[in-house]
Amino acid sequence: MAIQVIEGYREVAPAKRAEGEAVVFDANGVYYRQLNDAIRDAVASGVRHVIVENANGQRYIGAGLRVPDLRIEVRGTAGNDLAAFMDGPAVEVFGNAQDGVGNTMASGKVVVHGDAGDVLGYGMRGGRVFVRGDVGYRVGIHMKAYENLVPIVVCGGKARDFFGEYMAGGMLVLLGMNTQFPNDPVAGSFLGTGMHGGVIYVRGEVEPWQCGKEVGIAPADDEDYKALRPVLEDYCGSLGVDLDEVLAVPFTRIAPMSHRPYGKMYAYL
Amino acid sequence: MPATFIQPEFRVKIDYDRCHKCGRCVQQCGWGVYDFNERPIPHDEKCRACHRCVTFCPARCITIERNPLAYRDNDNWTAGLRKAVWKQAETGGVLLTSMGNPQPYPRIFDHLLLDACQVTNPSIDPLREPMELRTYLGRKPDAVKVEPDGAGGFKLAEDGGMSRNIELATPIIFSPMSYGSVSLNVHKSLAMAAERCGILMNTGEGGLHEDLYPYQDHVIVQVASGRFGVGPEYLQRGAAIEIKIGQGAKPGIGGHLPGEKINKEVSSTRMIPQGTDAISPAPHHDIYSIEDLRQLIYALKEASGYKPVGVKIAAVHNVGAIASGIVRAGADYVYLDGFRGGTGAAPAVIRDHVGIPVEIAIAVVDQRLRDEGIRNQASIVAAGSIRSSADVAKAIALGADVVAIGTAALVALGCHVCQSCHTGSCSWGITTQKPELTRRIDPEWGAERVTNLIHAWSHELQEILGALGVNAIESLRGSRERLRSIGLDEQTCRILGVKPAGM
Repeated sequence: MAIQVIEGYREVAPAKRAEGEAVVFDANGVYYRQLNDAIRDAVASGVRHVIVENANGQRYIGAGLRVPDLRIEVRGTAGNDLAAFMDGPAVEVFGNAQDGVGNTMASGKVVVHGDAGDVLGYGMRGGRVFVRGDVGYRVGIHMKAYENLVPIVVCGGKARDFFGEYMAGGMLVLLGMNTQFPNDPVAGSFLGTGMHGGVIYVRGEVEPWQCGKEVGIAPADDEDYKALRPVLEDYCGSLGVDLDEVLAVPFTRIAPMSHRPYGKMYAYL
Repeated sequence: MPATFIQPEFRVKIDYDRCHKCGRCVQQCGWGVYDFNERPIPHDEKCRACHRCVTFCPARCITIERNPLAYRDNDNWTAGLRKAVWKQAETGGVLLTSMGNPQPYPRIFDHLLLDACQVTNPSIDPLREPMELRTYLGRKPDAVKVEPDGAGGFKLAEDGGMSRNIELATPIIFSPMSYGSVSLNVHKSLAMAAERCGILMNTGEGGLHEDLYPYQDHVIVQVASGRFGVGPEYLQRGAAIEIKIGQGAKPGIGGHLPGEKINKEVSSTRMIPQGTDAISPAPHHDIYSIEDLRQLIYALKEASGYKPVGVKIAAVHNVGAIASGIVRAGADYVYLDGFRGGTGAAPAVIRDHVGIPVEIAIAVVDQRLRDEGIRNQASIVAAGSIRSSADVAKAIALGADVVAIGTAALVALGCHVCQSCHTGSCSWGITTQKPELTRRIDPEWGAERVTNLIHAWSHELQEILGALGVNAIESLRGSRERLRSIGLDEQTCRILGVKPAGM
């Protein structure tokens, strides 16, 4: 049967080889479905270290996987919905990631050594996502925390509009350091619009006009740094960033003024 | 000035000669209508005519009457509109209400009549002959190949995706109602009934409580914009996954489950802290196009081992093109919720004025998908005030594969359609989280009543099919030739694909 080609990707299983304990898949030109099938099969057979090389936009890498001691290395560009609905594994991308990183992720860790796209961490409820560079629009929307599940996202560069919109829990950190856009503000407009839980820390200052009307803006205090420091230590350790340089600029805390922003909006018939 | 200009809608009348003074009414009322001072004393303004007290009064001495207070006649400025203005002048709030649109728009189902066989094409007696209601929910192959099964019959030569279809014993499922909007005992009743009837219930956007895990093969798990209760385990447990884009009662509107309804159990199922508002944004912030929808459909398939994924939308003006896009995005079913669909809470202005009738939506979507040659790629689920087996049959004749019922199932559990779900004080223990009220529904009792309803409607469907002279619900699907309209204008008939009676 002829091999199907979908948008330039071939529906064939990726080439596979061993590298020590790890299994390496060559994603070059392979359709996402066959790539992810191969990853799932390897994980089901007991493999705990998967390397995907020549990744070029394949979607859904790590999606729905629930194996806590699994490590996935992606060399190249990870496609949309990297680690979506993921619960446990560690994913490290040596390159850029596209949109939807950590979509509704439950736990685990994603480290991106390049930039990432839009809607990163949407509905995320646990685990950590660390990005070295810039992120796109609508990052951290509707992140939420519950008991010991507290999602944390740290972006090393700058963010576009709607950062932390509808945020209901967890921690979003924006450093504004490793950026391709030195002349842009650290975040776009509508920062924290509709926010009703969790906290956003921005390295440096933000202007009130950038923020949603639901949030209060204040310099980070000792309590904030107590929460922030271990997260930044993990971030700097994961990405080889200098912690002292990160902490050299004071942080701003953005937090909701009410857990019930719309509580008084209605009259009951 | 008086605290309010709004006079009570109802009068609670107690025949004190017959009253036992037992206080049962005080105990039963969830709205706090009654004080007790040697005898029950009603506060009319709190009454919502739900009949809980009437039903449980041992002396049968309570009646609820409409307040006869006359308003100066004005068909334009109805009493309801006057009261709405007073309420908003008092509060400055968005008027919040619940259940389906109660306004007197035309009900198209009530203008459609089914055919029956007479003389030349004999009807079939379902009591003596097999009558097939079994329905498969999901994507069907473009073509099927069959081969002899070796026992004189035939079997599919290749699966073509049929094995991913969900077999339903009857073409009726339960519509999504979240745990939070309804009580856990309601969820259990529906899950147990779904298992017994060989059909499906739907979590709505509120997560899957662990008490429902034994019934998970009969549960559709919903993913909506707030992603409440959604995780990989949730996706892997469900029989199918549904992306909720919209709801007939509130197209284009998100949901706010008020903090006071988020108790410990609801909080753990939704995975959010107690007492905070559960806010579902109006759009999914990762869906701005059909391509984005496709991305989420396939993310859910990848994360769940390729379970069927459906997409629920409110029926709106451009529903044909929207449904076509949804099918092309890879959905296994399209769920159309008409403008009369129910809700646990919605702004009255949206509920009463947005959307289109589901009857129109079914006809338009079915036709559009046929015209484009993709009707087999997805099932159509229709909902939004399916009130009887007659509505089921008419919806299927217009082109639906399956109907979903919400309000009808709640009515089976005791709902009296008092349209007060949003208050969280449902006296019947349905749309409340107060433990003293939720315990009024025993899941075993509830499951039996809902099962009875599904069985009764299924029998009636068999009678309808028999009268039509067909022996399978498949033969009625999209068979608009078996419908006639009365009192509908020509344009509407053309859109419905239905001839007027007499033609």
